[in-house]
Amino acid sequence: MTTKLEALPAASNKPAAGKPTNPRKPRESRGTLAFSRSARTKALIKHAILIVTGGVMIYPLLWMVVSSLRANELIFREPGLWLNSLEMANYADGWSALTHPFGHYMLNSAVVVLGSILGNLISCSMAAYAFARLQFTGQKIFFGIMLLTIMLPFHVVIVPQYILFSQIGWVNTFWPLIVPKLLATDAFFVFLMVQFIRGIPKELDEAARIDGAGHPRIFLRVILPLMVPALATTTIFTFIWTWNDFFGALIYLTDPDMFTVPVALRAFVDSQSATSWGSLFAMSIVSLLPVFLVFLFGQRFLIKGIATTGIK
Amino acid sequence: MSAINELTSLSRRRGPITAEEKKANGRDNKAAYIFLMPWLVGLVAITIGPMLMSLYLSFTDYNLIQAPEWVGLDNFVRMFSDARLHNSLGVTFTYVLVGVPLQLAVALLIALVLDKGLRALPFYRSIFYLPSLLGGSVAIAILWKQIFGTTGLVNQILAVVGIQGPGWISDPSTALGSIILLHVWTFGAPMIIFLAGLRQIPNMYYEAAEVDGATKLQKFWRITLPLLSPIIFFNLVLQIIGSFQSFTQAFIVSGGNGGPSDSTMFFTLYLYQKGFGQFDMGYASAMAWFLLVIIGAFTAINFIAAKYWVFYDD
Repeated sequence: MTTKLEALPAASNKPAAGKPTNPRKPRESRGTLAFSRSARTKALIKHAILIVTGGVMIYPLLWMVVSSLRANELIFREPGLWLNSLEMANYADGWSALTHPFGHYMLNSAVVVLGSILGNLISCSMAAYAFARLQFTGQKIFFGIMLLTIMLPFHVVIVPQYILFSQIGWVNTFWPLIVPKLLATDAFFVFLMVQFIRGIPKELDEAARIDGAGHPRIFLRVILPLMVPALATTTIFTFIWTWNDFFGALIYLTDPDMFTVPVALRAFVDSQSATSWGSLFAMSIVSLLPVFLVFLFGQRFLIKGIATTGIK
Repeated sequence: MSAINELTSLSRRRGPITAEEKKANGRDNKAAYIFLMPWLVGLVAITIGPMLMSLYLSFTDYNLIQAPEWVGLDNFVRMFSDARLHNSLGVTFTYVLVGVPLQLAVALLIALVLDKGLRALPFYRSIFYLPSLLGGSVAIAILWKQIFGTTGLVNQILAVVGIQGPGWISDPSTALGSIILLHVWTFGAPMIIFLAGLRQIPNMYYEAAEVDGATKLQKFWRITLPLLSPIIFFNLVLQIIGSFQSFTQAFIVSGGNGGPSDSTMFFTLYLYQKGFGQFDMGYASAMAWFLLVIIGAFTAINFIAAKYWVFYDD
């Protein structure tokens, strides 16, 4: 059973022949075939359960959006979702509440995110190609170590890393947040890509080799173009994780000029008394917007990525 | 499907090296190490080097300014008598041992309801998954701080039905509970893994059971649960490892101090305060290694226990 799951990214993304068809299909048709009354009430009950649970889960988010458009005093009196008037002032106030306009922090975050994405794409795909397609001494040991680092708590490295980066004068720069990605320390993605490359038919490499292509050519011209779905998944997850990353930014970025969005929000919480929840909510919404957009447009890759590798 | 399965199969596959493998050996060494270079540099400079360094630092007294001073086992002895540390362990264990099973139970329950070819499945799946993506952010922690505040959303709703709720996050007895709830709220990611696992169970098993007159409950206990157990196990291992490292939510909700009266002082939060608040880097390193040992022990227990309840088809 687990082996079938392993083949999932391959089966759903590539023209790999001979994969078993989805065993799910017949069950789905059973649902539509059953027209009996009891089946329909059962479906209704299920929908009711799902709608109620989903509603409870999403309600806080909707309420935050609505509250960000309300006057401050209403936030503590109004649990409902209807709006009598739109209070855009919260957004204007929040945007300029800190030393820099909020856009400054978004730009900082964007720089870190972009660097991290590039770093992960390049370094992880290179490592994955070596693990999936090349034979070399120590392969199994290195592969095992790579898998273990996925599960390593970052606390055992954070103190010396901090010392290292502060000694080379990188505190209050974006380097400590980006350079580790250039060195493939997000081993999750190496693993994801190894899984994916294994699903690409080896005959394609062989054909290229016969045509005289070396490994760099095969990697760039054959493998990379075929692993775009895995690269997309990596991009999306890197985006979301880096955008939300709080701990790294908290440690390395202490100068307000360099704040990324999460530390800026934290500074906002600390600087405000309980009176400005409206603008705090407004900037929280602004900070979540990019993640939400990525979620809307990249869902396919997100769900496939989780289902096949079990990343969060 | 998982890094865990790969690891177990790696340790099992210990057969003799075939002639073909021998011939292949060394063939791609140069190319391979060039491709691996960034990862290798990272492994040495960002992971293993710092790991060894922090192991060394855990036997020293170090404040970033003066050179580290060797103190032997002092830091570990100190940990034995540090009441705040013991408290933070209790908080973290409660969070992990309550939060993880609760989250997985909800994830499994919803996955089971979603599984049977329901219409609008992608829609529901998105709704349930969204909190997982947002849950780790500072913004959601801020929202939580408001919702469970004395005059927050929860108490406003309770007031509608005439109940006066407590100040959830300002009351030491409920503060941790509201952070656990935030963890449960992000059940979408394990739910998706469960959904993928449920789809792999061949329908013929259920059909055969139906022919034999099995009840729904029997089908769940005898077919679904055993066949899903590797995936439950996988989720359990990953969620436990991840939850031990939770930081952002407790930090934001408590304003960085783990309050009220240390009731949300996670181990990681205490480690942060020691290391980056008081620059007691030696002690923080010792704590980090202790955390590694705890997580390692939990993972080992999980693997040992797995022999008794995880069912492998093949």
